[in-house]
Parts: sequence; structure tokens; C-alpha cells
Amino acid sequence: MDKRLEAIVETLKERHAASLEESRGEVHVLLTRDAIIAALTLARDAHQFELLSTMTAIDYWPQTSPRFHVIYQLSSLANNVTLQFRVPVDEHEAPLPTASGVYEAANWREREIAEMFGITFDGHPDPRPLMLPHDMEGHPLRRDFPLGYEEPQFTFNYEEIDLRKPYAKE
Amino acid sequence: MTDLQEVPVGEFKHLVSERALRGETMLLNMGPQHPSTHGVLRLVLELDGETIVNCIPDIGFLHTGIEKNMEAKTYVKAEVMTDRLDYMNNMGNNLAYVMAVEKLVELDVPPRAQALRVILTELQRIASHLVWLGTMGLDLAAMSMFLYCFRERELILDIFELVSGQRMMVTYFRPGGVWRDVPVEFEKAVRDFIKIFPRRVDEYEQLLTRNPLFLDRVVKIGVLDGATALQHGVTGPMLRASGVNWDLRKARPYSGYEQYDFNVPVLTQGDTQARYLVRVQEMRESLKIVEQALNKLPMGPFTSDNRKFVPPPRSELGVSMEALIHHFKLWTEGFPAPDADVYSAVESPRGELGVLLAGDGGPKPRRVHWRTPSFGNLTVVPKIVRGHLVADLVAILASTDIVLGDIDR
Repeated sequence: MDKRLEAIVETLKERHAASLEESRGEVHVLLTRDAIIAALTLARDAHQFELLSTMTAIDYWPQTSPRFHVIYQLSSLANNVTLQFRVPVDEHEAPLPTASGVYEAANWREREIAEMFGITFDGHPDPRPLMLPHDMEGHPLRRDFPLGYEEPQFTFNYEEIDLRKPYAKE
Repeated sequence: MTDLQEVPVGEFKHLVSERALRGETMLLNMGPQHPSTHGVLRLVLELDGETIVNCIPDIGFLHTGIEKNMEAKTYVKAEVMTDRLDYMNNMGNNLAYVMAVEKLVELDVPPRAQALRVILTELQRIASHLVWLGTMGLDLAAMSMFLYCFRERELILDIFELVSGQRMMVTYFRPGGVWRDVPVEFEKAVRDFIKIFPRRVDEYEQLLTRNPLFLDRVVKIGVLDGATALQHGVTGPMLRASGVNWDLRKARPYSGYEQYDFNVPVLTQGDTQARYLVRVQEMRESLKIVEQALNKLPMGPFTSDNRKFVPPPRSELGVSMEALIHHFKLWTEGFPAPDADVYSAVESPRGELGVLLAGDGGPKPRRVHWRTPSFGNLTVVPKIVRGHLVADLVAILASTDIVLGDIDR
């Protein structure tokens, strides 16, 4: 592990019982949902992680516990290091606390995760869906959501398919 | 006009000022089909007269489920989706993706392929900045800029067609190297471009940089400070125009960038003019990198010879049984990648372009997440347009250089 990361990782281990994964030169810190806001604040204020590069989730379906990992990819410009926080989440768990108070960049990212994975965030200032239509059902980036397709219409079956084809509501 | 229309307060209640609820200010819809939104971006503007009180972006009109689609394809076949993300930076997207795959499966790239990648991504950066410059000129009523910029961009697209057979959807970089070696005409085409391009940049600068009509529209418009920019996840030229010296090519060199001598232009004003100047300067710096990389372009293999990941050349198929087996396995099943997650980022013309790639042990990725720079860059626009006129919003939006394919994915 990079020397410049040791200080923050030690603090996180002590205060928040964080566990550590290292692969291919990257450091992933696993945290609980209660500790994540404190950990992000610590990273930003005490260890100069100015940039939340991205925030997303990974669906480990068919594994159910934990089903998701919510990922916070942090970057420090001053020290030129990166660090990844991960919070394991089950499917029907209570909402995660929002990180948009710590990093403004989390605002839209959390809206995206909420609509794409169905993981909700407590205290989010603007919980509307970001990209998907308001009447969209399901969460498309979950692994059990089918990759949809449209039946091609030819002259011989045009009307048959047209009857059951969903159109936008008037 | 159908593009600009009044909208009810309804769903935006928590985002507008109280005066909008009392009916003193007006909510106006701009886009999604509006020429200066550079694609399909809808902006809901709260206006007091012609002054912007609040701006609420509404995105997703170009959401094509690229991340989901990539999960259903093998690692090599998924690469064609990357060209279609940020359609101004096809080579750069290819690079970000293949670097993530190479990091995941721990595959080495020969020096010739790395140098070719640098040349082509830097040419792509110039092409992307040319489109930005042309459309920014168009938005600020400098029509001729658009024509000049597209004239030079065409030369770059011709080079891409020469090497990959495609002008835009190139898919030229492959895990382990590049698709094929460049043809013999490549060097002359790039040298010709290097020869004429500096003069052309001077021409653009003569038209705009000190043009009083242009300066009226850009100086002290949409000022963004470095701290706010970082809070919102802004990267790239937009961040460097706000006084933060941060370029991944310098900070975390990849693909051999540490061998080349180039400057990273940084300005501190943070306004629309600074963003313009940084990008124009970047075009000159990119050209320096292209020239250096071409001068010391090493000979040797253009792709890795690790047959577990890279298909054998066509000529071996008729004579080698093993080559035939590898060819068949790689194009039907694909190669398996370990059950691990990597995050790898490159500097695209718009900023940090990152790929979070999660393998599941099989030949298809579990998850591909794109950290696209335009996404972060757009989130800060509502902050910096407050108090400006609608016409200034057009200038600010042009200077952020958003690409909607990049934002909506």
C-alpha cells in the first residue's frame, strides 16, 4: 500500500472498524452504512481528498447478502492518490445516508444509483429520477433486470405485433 | 416557438425560489431540441425578466443503456459501445476501456502500440477541441469559425479512416495493442497535418481571441472558482481554467506520456474566456505530443502476443492448429477475466474519463461504470449561471464543452 494512504487507513480502522482489500494497486476500504459520512468527511477535511471522482454501485446478484456494493471513488490532488470506499448493502435495507452534504458531486450520482439500482438515500435534497422517465418500472442496472429488445416487424406479422406493442401513452 | 415555453412549477417546487411560487418569476423551458444545448439537454430556467434566478438541468434524453449493454457482451465485443458514448472522443474512450481491461487481466502492451495510442488520442483531442471551438463560435454568432474548424477536423478524421477504416466509430485500440499496424501513408498524413495546423490555430486566434464582440460575451462570464469546481467533480480544461493544475497525463502518466515534453495550460480567472484560452492552448500542446511521439515511434509488434487474450494474425490460421483454436475461442467465447474490480482513468478532452470494471470470472463483465467528465462538468452549470442573462447561459454552456452522449450514457 502507498505510504501516503497509511494514515487515513489506520484512522478508519481504529475509529470505524473498516476492513481492507487490496488488488492491482488499488485500496478498497469496506465501511458500514453508519460510518460512511464520517469517513468521507474525514477524507475530505483531514486528508485532502478534494475530489469525489465517481460514485456508483455494483450488483452481486444472485448473491443476496450483501447484494450491492455502493462505491465512492475518491481522489486526492494534493497527494496524488486514490482511495475507494465501499458500503455493502442488502436489497431491502433502510436507505443509506446521503453524501451530497460532503461532496456536491454525489448529488446527481445518488439520483442515478437510486433509479438504476433501487438503493435510496436518506436526506437527499432532490430525490427525483435523473435520467429515466417518471413512470419507469424496475431498476435497469440490476443484474436480474432483463436486457430488453423489440420484436422486429415484417410485413407478414406487422399487425399481430402492433396489437401488443407498447406505445407511449397519449 | 416550441423550444422555449413556459412550464408549471409543479415538480420543481423544491428547487425554485419562493418568488416563482408567488408567480413573480417565470419558469421557462429551454430545449431539449435547442441548437445551443449541444444535443438533447433540457434546461428549466427560472427567469426574472431576462436574468437567470435558477437553472435546473434535465438530462437522460440520450440515455441508451450503454453500461447495461456492455454487461451482455464479451470484453472485446463490448468495446464497440465505447465509441458511441462520447462521440467526439472515440479514440479516447477506446483507450480508457482497453486500459481498464488490461489492468483487470494484467496484460502488457508493446511500446509501439502505446505510442500509436498516444498519437491517435492526441489527434482526437485536437478534433474534439475543434468541434468545441466551431460550435462555440456558432453559439456566439461567429459563423465562419464552424466552417474553418470542421475543415481541419476532416483532416484528422481522414487519418482515422486511414488507420481503422472508420471516421468516427473506430474501435481501433484493442486489449493488448491496436487492431492492425498503421499503413505506410500514416506518417506522411500526420506530418502534413503537423505542418499546416499551427498556422490554422493562429488564424482562429486572429478571428476570436482579441475580437471585441467575442470578448464582450466571454470576459467575467460564468466565473467558477477551483474549490467549487472540485466539490462538483469538475475536471479537465474547465478545472484548469479555474486555477487547479490537474492533468492525469502529468499526474499519473499512462501509455508512455511520461516520455513526452508538454505543458499543461492553467489559468486562474475561471471565466468563459479562460476556458476558451486553455482549450486553444491545449490544441498546440497536443500537437507537440503528436510530433514527439511520431519522431520516436518505435518499431516492433503492434499488439501483445499473449494468445490467451489477443487473437492470432490471419496468416497463421491456415498453418497453425493452435492459432485456429485460439481464434475460434476468442471470437466465440471470449477470454475470461478474474473476479475483481478495477478503476482506471485517463484524461479525455473534457476531463477525467474513468472506467470502473468489475469482472465475475467469466468472459463478460459484471459491471462497467463510466465516470464521464461531462457529467461532472454539467452539474456546476446551475451554480455559475445565476445572475447572468439567458444569452450568457449560451456562452457558458458552450464553454463547458458538454457532450450529451457522454452525460446520459
